[in-house]
Order: sequence, then structure tokens, then C-alpha cells
Amino acid sequence: MNETILLDPTAESAPAQRARLARPDSLDGKVVGLLDISKPRGNVFLDRIEEQLAGMGIEVMRYAKPTFTRVAPTELKQQMAAEVDLLIEGLAD
Amino acid sequence: MTTTLPDGLIVVAKADCPTCRLVEPLLPELDAAGALTVYVQDSAEYAAALPGTRHDHTLEHSWRLDTEFVPTLIRVENGQEVARTHGWHKEDWRAISGLPGLGEDLPEMRPGCGSRTLEPGIADELELAFGDVPLQSRQIDIAGADDPMEACFERGWSDGLPVVPPTPVRVLRMLRGTSREPDEVLGLMPPDRVPCTVEKVAVNAVMAGCKPEYMPVLLAALEAALDEEFGLHGLICTTMFGTPMIMVNGPIARAIGMNSGGNALGQGNRANATIGRALQLIIRNVGGGRPGEIDRAALGTPGKYTFCFAEAEDSDWLSLAQERGIEPGRSAVTLFPGEGVQGIIDQKSRDPESLVRSFALSLRAVDHAKLAMAGDAVLVVSPEHARVFIEAGWSKQRLREELEQLLLAPGKDLVAGAGGIAEGIPEKFRDKQVPKFRPGGLLIVRVGGTAGLFSAIIAGWAASGPVGSSPVTREVLL
Repeated sequence: MNETILLDPTAESAPAQRARLARPDSLDGKVVGLLDISKPRGNVFLDRIEEQLAGMGIEVMRYAKPTFTRVAPTELKQQMAAEVDLLIEGLAD
Repeated sequence: MTTTLPDGLIVVAKADCPTCRLVEPLLPELDAAGALTVYVQDSAEYAAALPGTRHDHTLEHSWRLDTEFVPTLIRVENGQEVARTHGWHKEDWRAISGLPGLGEDLPEMRPGCGSRTLEPGIADELELAFGDVPLQSRQIDIAGADDPMEACFERGWSDGLPVVPPTPVRVLRMLRGTSREPDEVLGLMPPDRVPCTVEKVAVNAVMAGCKPEYMPVLLAALEAALDEEFGLHGLICTTMFGTPMIMVNGPIARAIGMNSGGNALGQGNRANATIGRALQLIIRNVGGGRPGEIDRAALGTPGKYTFCFAEAEDSDWLSLAQERGIEPGRSAVTLFPGEGVQGIIDQKSRDPESLVRSFALSLRAVDHAKLAMAGDAVLVVSPEHARVFIEAGWSKQRLREELEQLLLAPGKDLVAGAGGIAEGIPEKFRDKQVPKFRPGGLLIVRVGGTAGLFSAIIAGWAASGPVGSSPVTREVLL
């Protein structure tokens, strides 16, 4: 049997690397979203971030995923994309 | 691809076939009577004197003519086959050739031999070379590599153990194990959420070491794993232990030789080992769920290599699949987010009342003795333990109900801080009787060898239920 050709077992259609969006130069005039993924005490972290951003005069919107174990529902992703310029999410406990 | 057939007569032959040798002296007579093409599968010297003889060394002509036996005699008119016979049948050869005196000295009939195109291993190679094989995976040329297995390691396709190199022929054979089309998309494979086709399942099944006949079980397991209820995305990414565990019920388990008996949770059975491994390789290779990357498990579990077994079904107890709505006599897989195996050793209980208490006490350890309604669990009851219940007339359902009663606990003992242990359930449960498992969170299967008064607990993911993962059962469709 010819073993010099193998079939790729991976999801080859996925790009190897996804380019990141450029970081904004400033938060002035931007709306920042805070996404709670619903892990315990994530709200403590995000409350503090909100406090600091608000102190800088930046508008903050709060969101929460129903559960951390699943990707965010499409409706939530669309809502956040429509309402904010940047999003911060707390990933761990 | 279509080919134009040469008009006149075609004979497909093999030099080492006695019947082909028997008819060889007749071929000049056929050639003199009209156009004759002779395709010889194994030699350049058979009927070599005739102008229409071709050594079909690649077997392409034999394959395109769909040859099953040699000799085969075909008449073609206007590019279309109009008559065919195989072996030596005097009447057929005379009718097709139009030569009424053909082979007067030969016997009435002699059977032929099998065509080389159907010899083991060759048919698949020919289909790949000349057929319309719809394989779409990227072909990777590893001609420069010393060893195909090392090439697979280097590309990151392995779980740490050697994989079978996924050559096109092996993938084609694997796809013969299912009637489903290679390009059918089974769903989005987490965590990268990319379409997972039947072909990609077959490629990874080859690497895992599966036989083609395992494909229906693997495809059912994959579809169950991709069910939204199962929550595979979170299970792959969690810092906790769990991983998809496959429990198989029904006639398919016996048909493909799965182990439900001695050492069923252990090594040594090809179907158990490779079906579970194939699912893990699909998660790794198609979904991108790799440890140290998006698989964030703090410790992991050996079941992440493979975790698959069959239930030792007993007519006195409903099978897991039947309990979960599958008709008797049908085959099914149930996916569960399993951790490791915790043994229950009770060699003294001889009545169900004692043994069920043993089980309940041991089940308290799932997740943490002070946690409740967090992780599901599978209770694996060995035949010797199951006999204690069955002989006393206890059904699986009775066993589960008794366990649920015994596993109710006063909330004050479980709340955070109780017993000097910070871990525990929220304070609001202090005055309540708290069940250990959420409704439907305790599964019971009968598995194992016939000697040994041992059972086992396989704890689930501590994020069980709608918040994370629920067990999912899917019928195996053949």
C-alpha cells in the first residue's frame, strides 16, 4: 500500500490564525461592554472594572451568558456587537 | 468518466486461468471473424500473436468493464455492450460470436476463475485510481518522511500513542462501513465549531484503529456528543476531569465484538478501545480540543484516551437504552461526561438492603461528600452484585428509588463550613433534606465479569444538567 499520501484529519478549512482587531488608541467616547460568563465571583471582578471605567467617564454596559459551559447565544452576541465598541469578559473563577 | 468501448468482441482473460487457456486457441477464429480486443490481466504472452491483445497491467480496462470472472466475453455494438458471458459455455460463446461451429472439440461448459480486479485489497486501489471517489480531505504528501507514523506525530494528530496513517485506501475502506455520504455534515465540532463530515470521522477512525463495521456506532456516538444537551463545548474546555464516555446497548455490541464482561472498563478489546479513541481524536483534530490549549483540564483522566464499553444486558433488568426510551432489540449509544472509575468493594452483603446502603454511602463521594445536585453519576453494577438485587426481585428502577431515598441528607451537614470544611452547598439548604443527585442524574448499568463482588462509580461532570452536560442517548442506525 502506498503510504506517502495521507488525508488531513483536521478541520483544514479553518484558518490557521485569525487576525486580531487593532486596539483602539483611546477609550474616549467608546462604549465598553462587560460580559459575565456566569462563573462564580466573575461579577466581583467585573464590578471593580466597571467602577474604574465609570470613574474615567466611560460608558459601560453589562451582559451575562446563561452558563459558562456553552458559547454565548447568537442573540446575545448580536446584541453586544450592536451596543458596544469593546468587550471585556472574565474568563475564570 | 465514460469510456468508449471498442466495437466487436472483447475477451478479458488471465494467463493462469485454465479455462482462459482452454479458449485461447479459439481467439484467432474470433479475430478472423471481426474486430476482437483481448485484455489480459496478468501476462504479455497470452494470445500475444493477435493484433487486438493488450496486457491490462493496471487492470483499468478490466475494472471499467466491471469484470467479475475470466474469461469474460462481451459483444459491443455502437459503443454499447449488448451481450456478455463468462467462463466457457459453448452455446453462449457461439451465440455471442455468431460462429455456430466454435469450439466443437471443447466440453460444453467449464467455469472460469475470479477476476484479478476483485482480489483482496485490489478493488479499493482500483476504485481510488479509476473511480469517482468523492474524498475531499486535503492530501498531504509525506514522501520525505522516514516513517508515516512519525509524520502523524509531528503534525500533532496523535493523542500520544501511535496512530494508523490515514491513507486514501484505508479511509475509503472505512467509509464502506456506512451508507452515509462522505460529505454529509454531522454538525459543528467544538471547540472550534467547524463542520464535521462523515469523511473526517472516517479519517480519524482509521487513525484510531477502528474497523469499518464500527462506523455506525461511532457516528451515533458523535451525533449524541454534538447534541446541544450534551454540552460538549464546555466539557472539552473545562478545568475539571470529565470526558465523553460511550455506553453501548443492543445487538450491535455483540455484532462488532464489544466487551461488556470481564475488564469491560479496561484494555484489550479493539471495538471498545478504538471507538472511544476515535471520538477523542475527532475532538482533537477536527474540533481543535487539545490539552494545554483550549482543553484546560487541571488533571484530566485516562478516559481521555478512550472510554467506551457495552452493557452486559440481562433479561431481568431493563437495559440503559430501554430505560432511556429505545425500543427493545434496537441498538443505541449513551454519552456521559465521565471522570474516572471508583470501585465499590462489598464482599459481605448478601441482601439488597445491605448492598444498597453500601452503594449509597459510596455514592456520597461523587464530586465531594458535601456537594449535592452537581455532578451526575453512573453506577456500574457487576453481575455478582446485580444478582443480589435480581434474586430479591429488585428492578433497576427499585434500586434507583431506594438509592435516592438513602441519599437524602440534612442540609445542615452539607452547607459550606459545616464539619469544619469550607466547601459545601449554599446556606439556603440548611433546613432542607437534600438529594445527592438531580432528578435523572443517576444512571445504572450492569457490566463486568461474573466473578467479583465489586461494583463501580463513574462520576460525571460537576456541571451536570442544563448548566453543563446531560446524558444523551442515540439509536445506532445501520
